[in-house]
Amino acid sequence: MSTDLASPIPLEAFLSVAAMLFCVGVWGLINSRNAVRVLMSIELMLNAVNINLMAFSNYLDGQLIRGQVFAIFVITVAAAEAAVGLAILLSLYRNRETVDMERFNLLRW
Amino acid sequence: MSIASTTQQICFLVLSATTVVGSLGVVLLPNIVYSAFLLGGVFLSVAGLYLLLNASFVAAAQILVYVGAVNVLILFAIMLVNKQETLAAIPGLLVRRLLSGAVCAGLFALLLRVAFTTTWALPGPTPVGEEATIRIGEHLFTDYLLPFELASVLLLMAMIGAIVLARRDVFSTDVITGEPADQGLIEKERTPLLIETSAPAPTLLSKP
Repeated sequence: MSTDLASPIPLEAFLSVAAMLFCVGVWGLINSRNAVRVLMSIELMLNAVNINLMAFSNYLDGQLIRGQVFAIFVITVAAAEAAVGLAILLSLYRNRETVDMERFNLLRW
Repeated sequence: MSIASTTQQICFLVLSATTVVGSLGVVLLPNIVYSAFLLGGVFLSVAGLYLLLNASFVAAAQILVYVGAVNVLILFAIMLVNKQETLAAIPGLLVRRLLSGAVCAGLFALLLRVAFTTTWALPGPTPVGEEATIRIGEHLFTDYLLPFELASVLLLMAMIGAIVLARRDVFSTDVITGEPADQGLIEKERTPLLIETSAPAPTLLSKP
């Protein structure tokens, strides 16, 4: 009952949603002025990658679900990244008193 | 998954629409607090997509870690840095947005082309369904043991690093003289972010 071979949703549908999510994340990463929004865009991109991993894990690797294990590691790394990124953002805000990405240009050529 | 196929399709359509619209809202809305809450919605609908993909454990982990931890952390960060500032205008901002939008649309088209032209090895093996949690546990303690342990070390490093980076300098006054006792309080006078607490009530010790 739980193993109907032909899943009603094609794999490409999941891949399309993930691609859309990733591209929105990239656009936000480039265009955001607020540093917090940049971090949110990174989270969106990581989620898009996770959707891809889970889709492949379910459709192509249904017995050894290695994609799910990998998604768990990605979630772990994303949590660590969010914590350290927001800590960097806080100390940056404490030094520069702004969150405008255009003014964080100390390392610009 | 033991849901009827039409129901699955409807769920998929609703969840993917929520995901895409929510992510557009995260990126485009001017108010960042709305963006943060929409990000929580995006995370929830991605967890729903995981449920459609027979992955209940990862869906639960997604809700716990992303909605429960990351999103709350982002909300805290927004509250801590929520200074209303008028961003200085940049020349050519519209051109830049359009250009990057074109690049992202091209990337999207490329990804779609790859997804639709590749011949995937379908149908693959039968999904394990509800046994996924057992399989994940077996993986984590046999062939993925080293990454699992490294992940714990990574989390410890991230925790220590976040504490070191975001730590407010502990300010304390000398008990005898009432003078600032460390660099932190001296720094406090020129950093307006630190909350101006009212002058601490003189303790019994400092008033001989």
